[in-house]
Amino acid sequence: MAYPEAPATLPDRFRGRPALDPARCPEGCRDCVEACPTDALKVDAEGLGLDLGRCLFCQACTLACPEGAITPGTEHRLAARKREDLVLRGSALARVQALDHKMLKLFKRSLKLRQVSCGGCNACEADVNVLGTVVFDLGRFGIQYVASPRHADGLLITGPVTENMKLALRKTYDAVPAPRIVIAVGACAISGGPYAGHPEAHEGASSVVPVDLFIPGCPPHPYTILDGLLGLLDRLGPERIP
Amino acid sequence: MTEALLALPNGAAVSQNAVPELTLDALREAIETASARGRRVSALFGAPRGERLALYVVLADDAAGLLECGSATLDGDEFPSMTPSCPEVQLFEREVAEQWGVVPRGHPWFKPVRFHRSYRAPRDAWGRAPEDPLTVGVMDFFRVDGEEVHEVAVGPVHAGVIEPGHFRFQCHGEHVMHLEVSLGYQHRGVERSLLGGPGKRTIHYMETLAGDTTVGHATAYCQLREALGASGASARACALRGVALELERLANHTGDLGALAGDVGFLPTASYCGRLRGDFLNMTAVLCGSRFGRGLLRPGGVAFDLEPERAAELRKRLDRAARDVTEAVKLLWDAPSVMARLEDTGRLDAATAAALGLVGPASRACGLRRDVRKTHPAGIYRLVHLPISTADSGDVFARAYVRWLEIERSIEYLRAQLGELPRGPTARECPAPRGGHLAVALVEGWRGELCHVALTDEAGRFSTYKVVDPSFHNWPGLALAMRGQQLSDFPLCNKSFNLSYCGQDL
Repeated sequence: MAYPEAPATLPDRFRGRPALDPARCPEGCRDCVEACPTDALKVDAEGLGLDLGRCLFCQACTLACPEGAITPGTEHRLAARKREDLVLRGSALARVQALDHKMLKLFKRSLKLRQVSCGGCNACEADVNVLGTVVFDLGRFGIQYVASPRHADGLLITGPVTENMKLALRKTYDAVPAPRIVIAVGACAISGGPYAGHPEAHEGASSVVPVDLFIPGCPPHPYTILDGLLGLLDRLGPERIP
Repeated sequence: MTEALLALPNGAAVSQNAVPELTLDALREAIETASARGRRVSALFGAPRGERLALYVVLADDAAGLLECGSATLDGDEFPSMTPSCPEVQLFEREVAEQWGVVPRGHPWFKPVRFHRSYRAPRDAWGRAPEDPLTVGVMDFFRVDGEEVHEVAVGPVHAGVIEPGHFRFQCHGEHVMHLEVSLGYQHRGVERSLLGGPGKRTIHYMETLAGDTTVGHATAYCQLREALGASGASARACALRGVALELERLANHTGDLGALAGDVGFLPTASYCGRLRGDFLNMTAVLCGSRFGRGLLRPGGVAFDLEPERAAELRKRLDRAARDVTEAVKLLWDAPSVMARLEDTGRLDAATAAALGLVGPASRACGLRRDVRKTHPAGIYRLVHLPISTADSGDVFARAYVRWLEIERSIEYLRAQLGELPRGPTARECPAPRGGHLAVALVEGWRGELCHVALTDEAGRFSTYKVVDPSFHNWPGLALAMRGQQLSDFPLCNKSFNLSYCGQDL
């Protein structure tokens, strides 16, 4: 495929970033907030906000909204460098900010990642894996999954980080030579996802290690993951998402 | 003895008053004689009954197409283990012990399953105090001692992009004498969190019990909810669930054949199937927008319809994928170097498979005729019958070949279904669960039998929700298949079962 030069080919029913129009929110209405299974929505002083890091893209909110203030969208580019940048306020979401000059010099043309699965349902792992197939051919960007953290430049973490995986994640992180990058893929790894609040799990990768890139979705589409990785390595244009 | 249990069909709900309460001895006898009577254990679990604990069992009578259910109340905090005479309950008994702090006395392999505190802390089956550390993977592993005997420990973090688990091999050189599998790393407390439901998150828990089985587990949940609500799904909704379930099977079986090819270094099939797996996933996305079927199933029906143009698009894609997957897989059977690696590797005989209670393609590869679609059909499978695909050599080849037969049959099934979907609504209202009921739903997921059992309280909330993923039955099968094998064949054997860690750990 020609991505990122050519656009992503996605099914018409693909559920990407929803569009918010807080101006339509009736006074005091909390229908969407109450419908959301993961508390991804909030109505505060700034109005309606959607945390894509918690969102399962299930459409409970769009179905619950009586006024069309939240409508389904198909935008697949969702990743962000900072956790707070995942909160959607109706305006355009900034593109992923690339690594700084020094890190780009090290990793732009060769990034080796160790994947650590830390709870969750294995769907994120499946669509992380698919990037390695001939279809996406991740290797053409110099990105590769490696077998040992000792060989890696960073970690790609999926799952909420269960209590039973916390120590293993910590040890794997410590085994990666610095400077290292951490990428959290999927709602679980960003916020705990559907397991947020469970005593058996933590609230994502950042509860154990510092995270450099957040890629939302449940699971994220392979294009969403690829877009995040390429953005981090400054291999996309500087355009903004409409 | 059998009369003492209640017979009910797959997808039925009954008042809990109708579920016979046996003496513990009678329940034990029903379980210990199950195999001799042609039954197997689909579920065995604990549920609180007042201050005490009740054991519930669901047996499957595959010949009659019926399930049998009964319960018994425990007197105190222990019961005699049934594992010595019925090995297929060994993991169930350990699970009951871990969850409820009761001891199956005389259990020959008594170790934690998921490494969590009991639901009735401070009660603990291993006598650990609440302040004692509880560390996953720390337990008494089976050890072989002797000169030149060595131990190989792998995981929880593996070399590939796969889920965490710990494997410990007792080896003499390359020769594996024993493998012990210790899981629990993916435990995220789903069953506990389902209590008090259904709620906003319930369907999402179901869709993420095992992400590669989203449609399978969601189907089981929907059938169970519809049974509890004394309603059902329309014929069209049932047909669309069947389409999604067979697409899920196609994607996973194709992916598995590709991965097996990769593990023996046969790259053509590995590469083709890597792409083709995605083509099947993308067909599911044409139906519902998600490659894994997220958001498709809801109690009462399905959330997306398949209009004639969309059905035609799927048929076009199916024809293309069918042609390609046939070519790609044929390469495997035609390559002697591949066959030499698959044949006679990781062999399991039918008697062992039956004793362990194996399900799914792993059981059918040993010649066992276990396929819920045929023996306990629900939904669309009541109307459209699929033959059971079996092989008899019980080795990696058989597990691969059964997958191929099932790929062929699922394709055939989909071709017919996409051309003649029943008319009617895609969804109807699903009433709230009736209080004081028990419901059971079985679905043949791509890995095998998915069993969901729910008990509701007076208000219709889940007081127990038991999920049995096929992996729960099948992990011991992998362990035994590795005996006498070469250590370097572990990836191949492991892939031929391709079991779920999250589905087991819940």
